Amino acid sequence: MTRTPRTASTLGAAVLLAFALAGSLSACASTGGTGDEDPNAPAATEPTMTTLEAAEVTVLAAASLTEAFDDLATQFEAANPSVEITVSYGGSGALATQIIEGAPADVFASAAEPPMQQVVDAGLATDPQVFATNTLELVVPAGNPAGVTGLDDLANPDLRIALCDESVPCGAASAKLLANEGVTAAPDTLESDVKAVLTKVSLGEVDAALVYRTDVQSAGDQVEGIEVPAAADVVNRYPIAAITGADSGNDASDAQGAAAAAFIAFIAGDAGRETLDSYGFGTP
Amino acid sequence: MARAAARSTGRLAWPITAIAVVALAVLVLPLVALVVRAPWAELPELLASSAVLEALVLSFTTAVLATAICLVLGIPLAALIAHAESWPAIPRRLLRAAVTVPLVLPPVVGGIALLMLLGRRSLIGQWLDETFGVTIPFTTGAVVIAQVFVALPFLVFAVEGALRSSDRRTELAAATIGASRWQVFRHVTLPLVAPGVAAGGVLCFTRALGEFGATITFAGSLPGTTRTLPIASYLAMQTDPDEAVALALLLLAVSVVVLLTLRDRWLPGATA
Repeated sequence: MTRTPRTASTLGAAVLLAFALAGSLSACASTGGTGDEDPNAPAATEPTMTTLEAAEVTVLAAASLTEAFDDLATQFEAANPSVEITVSYGGSGALATQIIEGAPADVFASAAEPPMQQVVDAGLATDPQVFATNTLELVVPAGNPAGVTGLDDLANPDLRIALCDESVPCGAASAKLLANEGVTAAPDTLESDVKAVLTKVSLGEVDAALVYRTDVQSAGDQVEGIEVPAAADVVNRYPIAAITGADSGNDASDAQGAAAAAFIAFIAGDAGRETLDSYGFGTP
Repeated sequence: MARAAARSTGRLAWPITAIAVVALAVLVLPLVALVVRAPWAELPELLASSAVLEALVLSFTTAVLATAICLVLGIPLAALIAHAESWPAIPRRLLRAAVTVPLVLPPVVGGIALLMLLGRRSLIGQWLDETFGVTIPFTTGAVVIAQVFVALPFLVFAVEGALRSSDRRTELAAATIGASRWQVFRHVTLPLVAPGVAAGGVLCFTRALGEFGATITFAGSLPGTTRTLPIASYLAMQTDPDEAVALALLLLAVSVVVLLTLRDRWLPGATA
């Protein structure tokens, strides 16, 4: 630590003050990405076999796609060494807001249709393609310490329950499922994305939660899934689309647009389907 | 003569002024943008919603509580650090580092650390759960604990600075005429550093009010229980940016009001 001179109390107070103000205003985190401004991407999706020019593609994807898209991006890069894919994950709603506010993104993959619709309505994407589906499952820490058996346990105020906030797709789906089954949940926390819910379960901080079945699979041995038959009626449909910026005057835009279109075609194609299947996503 | 001296020392080389203006813009422009983009017409309606009021009340209550706890815990710690001047270098530096690290730590790290200490699977958390049936995460108490963790160093260093620059002779005089150590601290030292304590308290309060990372990690987010204003603002950004801007504006206004009210009286560092 630096030695404090006599006048440091006032100076120190001013510096600390700046810290305090900055802290109070920094509540909004933003996820940055590499890549340049959005290209006017060609709408037609081409087969991936054509050789792509060097490009960096920024993909914003729903948190629930984390494991599958990490895998898919690696596969795509291996098949197309000239292309670099950077994926940034988050709650679909937050990602949609970021795109509308001008975050540099070439591809958007949402966990439900409403956030994608916001982006389409803003004129930043056309023709989204549904490439996967997902359903909810009850999840409990390994060993199920609270003895949870079904959806009804979510109404038990003595249990620690985590759900997604209704502002994100998994929360909207959870609310619908609970309403369908007439369960009034007693949540202890409403998290901003599905991975945050899953973490609370893996850590054993909550007794039960609702997440996607793909998340239960990806969490491995730390958690146990309990299938909920009624969840089959509440299906989340995942759309993907190229982001077409209003004005991008950079040279790379054509190569980038082509690479983005190729990545989307790859995800929606057979190889993508196989990988998504292996992570538990359903076929639309 | 005084004027000539003022002129020669008062003028800065132009590159310094230019860079200073850029620095100022970095600090001020985002806040200006926030004010410009604010949905002024819908503002009263947005802010009067029950969700906002709930978050506001929760934020205020927890920040006041956290500040009170920081004052009780922080003043003695500040006194200890000021006293440690006479200690050997290693323990003195360790003590100082223990307070500095949380100050510079990303709050999310603080939240994770608190979860490791007090979470249900931790030693203390498990004991509390089994003995008293008490679990700390996801409670309003957890919000206060997270706020104390991030805000306490601000108070400690403000008070410590004041203690070190205060005149020790008054304390010595009091001791010579027979005051006990406690009496000296209570009747001489504390009044001497009152401005530092007040400044530290204000910093502590604003920092607690703005706490986000440690809170959402350790306490979660449930309306009325743990969803404070910054968390509500962050979540609103996912669905309704207008509401998020309105909430951000509210936080900004609260911070500014707190500073303005207390500036002249207690915040020497913030006065012109």
